[in-house]
Amino acid sequence: MAVEQNLLEVNNLKTGFRFGEEYHNAVDGVSLTLKKNEILAIVGESGCGKSTLATAIMGLHDPNNTKISGEILYKDLDLTDLNERLYNRIRGNDIGMIFQDPLGSLNPLMTIYNQIAEALIYHTDFDDKQIRARVLELLNQVGIPRPEQIMKAYPHELSGGMRQRIVIAIALANKPPIIIADEPTTALDVTIQAQILDLMRDIQAETGSGIILITHDLGVVAETADRVAVMYAGQIVEEAPVDVLFKDPKHPYTRSLLNSIPHELEEGEELHVIHGTVPSLQHLPRKGDRFRPRIPWIPDEAFDENPELTEIAPNHKVRGNSWKHFHFEGEEK
Amino acid sequence: MGFLEVKDLKVHYPVRGGVLNTIQDYVRAVDGVNLTIESGKTYGLVGESGSGKTTIGKTIIGLEKATSGKILYEGENVTNRARSRKKKYANYNKDVQMIFQDSTSSMNPKKRIIDVMGEPMHNYFDYTPDEIKRRVAELLDIVGMNPEAMYKYPHEFSGGQRQRIGVARAVASDPKLIIADEPTSALDLSVQAQVLNFMRRIQKEYNLSYLFISHDLGVVRHMSDNIAIMHKGRFVEKGPKETIYNDPQHIYTKRLLSAIPDMDPSTREEKKIERQRVEAEYDAQETEYYDPDGRVYDLQSYKGNHFVATKPEGSNSSLQNESINTGGEA
Repeated sequence: MAVEQNLLEVNNLKTGFRFGEEYHNAVDGVSLTLKKNEILAIVGESGCGKSTLATAIMGLHDPNNTKISGEILYKDLDLTDLNERLYNRIRGNDIGMIFQDPLGSLNPLMTIYNQIAEALIYHTDFDDKQIRARVLELLNQVGIPRPEQIMKAYPHELSGGMRQRIVIAIALANKPPIIIADEPTTALDVTIQAQILDLMRDIQAETGSGIILITHDLGVVAETADRVAVMYAGQIVEEAPVDVLFKDPKHPYTRSLLNSIPHELEEGEELHVIHGTVPSLQHLPRKGDRFRPRIPWIPDEAFDENPELTEIAPNHKVRGNSWKHFHFEGEEK
Repeated sequence: MGFLEVKDLKVHYPVRGGVLNTIQDYVRAVDGVNLTIESGKTYGLVGESGSGKTTIGKTIIGLEKATSGKILYEGENVTNRARSRKKKYANYNKDVQMIFQDSTSSMNPKKRIIDVMGEPMHNYFDYTPDEIKRRVAELLDIVGMNPEAMYKYPHEFSGGQRQRIGVARAVASDPKLIIADEPTSALDLSVQAQVLNFMRRIQKEYNLSYLFISHDLGVVRHMSDNIAIMHKGRFVEKGPKETIYNDPQHIYTKRLLSAIPDMDPSTREEKKIERQRVEAEYDAQETEYYDPDGRVYDLQSYKGNHFVATKPEGSNSSLQNESINTGGEA
């Protein structure tokens, strides 16, 4: 696969939400790059900041209650500096978006045709005929049967999987180089999920765009992604190509997470449980290793004062050095 | 022999319409289902949304009315009697409890945990307030929580903690069967592991049975002894866990299993080809497994306790389901 230049570059991005007078960072210093022709998965549990990151890239945060710092570089623009009017030109045209809930992201009062056409009317100067041709092309591309009929339908007349296909068609309308998909299959049944994931991979291969896939589901990651960034408490703790991450995970959090997937157990064996809970935003320790309270059996000297994301092998980055000393509880290193 | 048997259960909802608002048709949410739950075992019920799996659970516990069929509890017919106040059925009410998917909405936000968990004790035992306090503390301890938690309100807990309280509450009346309807699908992976571990631990300790309802084939595989796969309100396949996962027979089961994401990225392409093959097979062989009305055929014995819904040999399918010897054995 020809992976080349950077499409999108995020540098030290911080996104803080306002609590009274203070801002607490939900995304706390994230740097990453999205290349052409790749699916980058961002995976983590609820509250880790993955959706906040996606929302920040799309510029959808309420400026009155959030503080964003750092850079989001696209072409020669820094997206964090853009005003609403310029951002509207980027969204939909350069960055396509797919959300979790297809019913919530479609207008119940508009026909499918009008919803897809809207994206084209806004960003192109197509005439009616061209628009119609493009809408049909899109519906075919996302595998909608009988597109001529379906485009006259309203969202409630379609099944969940069909609706998500429509949302994908809208995201693709202007052939954006970047697509951000936030939990695109979480609301769908497994068989439909498999279809949508296959569709996303096919589209990615066809258009050569870069996709950022936000998910909590490691199965979805294994099935779709090329590269994976694992987030914990607002930071990326590990970043690696997908096969490396599943075969040779390093960071204690990644390893714990993979270990808690339900599987067949020996008699008397239990699923791995991560100690404690994810701290809330206000109580998040901002100094030292953020995962440290969750692995109390690891001695203090294993943790860094200030864990940095460092490259331990080509394309494989891990935060801090605690992974070198990590072992599961009750198991010898 | 199981202690709870469901025989030819049907739950139909009328669809009204027309000028006189007469009944035009029925939605057959559950359409002739047999299952047997044995003590100390877990029965997994798998299906996609709309397959009727939740309706079965709700009908057993009495939140939905059965249209026809029987639910036998220790030989006693308890169909549609679950909410009866007659003493005869009191045991049934006490012995069958439920854990819901959404722990937030299944607890009264104005009640403290001690009241939430104390309610089943009030209903079924003559405990003094002190005894209730002691018992609640004991139950909280089993699910790994501090006794101080009993004076807090539901919103003060995280989702995983609340779900564990839900489990503890279900256990409070010393039940024999817990119906767990998607108990972990709202939870994160690491929290899910916690709740599943507790459920297994409690099962051993109290010799509980579970009817474990889920769309997640991985979780069901982890938890269950016997499994039934549901589609369109009927069972398409049922049997011991290993046989279903290792030797699936019905095309719907195959399709479902092939759709589970694999944790090994290197087999991705093969998986995709396999999925497309199964998908094509599904389309091609639909008539072998579904009758002309799209209804799932009756279960036929395939091997031992492994049942598959296939076209009957003589194609004369008047009998609802195979007789009562379903599922149960040891």
